[in-house]
Amino acid sequence: MYKHRGYFMNIIISNSSVEAIYVQIVHQIRKQILTGDLYEGEALPSIRSLARELQISVITTKHAYEELEREGMIETVRGKGSFVARQNKELLREKRRNILEGKLADVIQEARLLKITRKELQEMLDVLLEEV
Amino acid sequence: MDNIIEVKGLKKKYEGFSLQDISFNLKKGYIMGFIGPNGAGKTTTIKLLMNLLKKDGGEIKIFGQDNVRYEKSIKDRIGFVYDNSEFYDELNIRDVKRFVAPLYSRWDNKAFEEYIKTFNLPVKKKVKDFSKGMKMKLSLALALSHHAELLIMDEPTSGLDPVFRQEFLDIIQDFMDESKGVLFSSHITSDLDKIADYVTFINNGSIVLTSSKEEVMEKYGVVKGGKDDINDDLRQKLIGLHEGKFGFEALTSDVDSIRTRYKNLVVERPTMEDIMLYLVREGKGNV
Repeated sequence: MYKHRGYFMNIIISNSSVEAIYVQIVHQIRKQILTGDLYEGEALPSIRSLARELQISVITTKHAYEELEREGMIETVRGKGSFVARQNKELLREKRRNILEGKLADVIQEARLLKITRKELQEMLDVLLEEV
Repeated sequence: MDNIIEVKGLKKKYEGFSLQDISFNLKKGYIMGFIGPNGAGKTTTIKLLMNLLKKDGGEIKIFGQDNVRYEKSIKDRIGFVYDNSEFYDELNIRDVKRFVAPLYSRWDNKAFEEYIKTFNLPVKKKVKDFSKGMKMKLSLALALSHHAELLIMDEPTSGLDPVFRQEFLDIIQDFMDESKGVLFSSHITSDLDKIADYVTFINNGSIVLTSSKEEVMEKYGVVKGGKDDINDDLRQKLIGLHEGKFGFEALTSDVDSIRTRYKNLVVERPTMEDIMLYLVREGKGNV
């Protein structure tokens, strides 16, 4: 856990996960940006201090930050560090929509694998929409 | 000058063992694990780096300078951690300090006293009565107390209990910054691997691989499956194949193609230990 200006930025690394460690970091920071737990403009821990906190390689944390930069989630200013990128609300919503669509695509693939029909899937969704 | 250690074509011949063409670089700002089984040539390589042995060929540069020609000024900037207790057997910590401090231009007495306290080392006992772990802690305290820019550690975690090994990681990561470097050797894959940025793997006196740990971990996977899953195409992709009664296990560097072509096989993320084990097994098979 990395204490961050009052807010606790949580990053939990699982060694038994099938996901590479850098992917785990990307997912968790991205999630905290999208949910607004990390504000735009907020400074992220340096690559080295994050590596120290998590006891992992600096190459891994660097890789994670580079990935988040590519996604436009964070910005790195040379000599100053990395910050949550300023992004307008529309764009943010759009990005979250894309992520949601990606997840639905995964669901569809899984459904095809299990030979679940379109109708069955729609019914499942309806039931869940009532329940959750 | 980006590399803090540069080793090119290093050779050393003994009867019955030779280091052949050892080459690797360590960039400033990074930690490298030098791993391999017992007798692979790790300690020999480290002794050559420290000019405690005479090389038969090749080149070693530390801080960009030849390690023999500039031995004195280079060693002033290196913290060397190894089992060196035999030199100090009859001494206690105070005597050891009196002996070692003058060897370094930037000896820091305050730092040393701090480490002795944090490491809970007995001040009055003779070094020969120390446990193995205490000896290693003393060596570490000496190495960290003269503002070294490079730590070279030969099997530093041997003899250390799990609790201290954890603290050890913190100490090493606190030591690190953009201008420093750490090289440590290990024959068991240890907690230290967690913080290593690069790994160089040595077996039978030759380098098997040297690369960022990230790349190595992504390149390889452990494959498991039933015995009837093995065919000639698959066999070619497997490293260090072990066939048991109920199935097989192997390493592969073809993770993607195996995942797409052999859907019923299990492909797992490897540990450094897996990689070492299967590569050594493969090496034995080839001889």
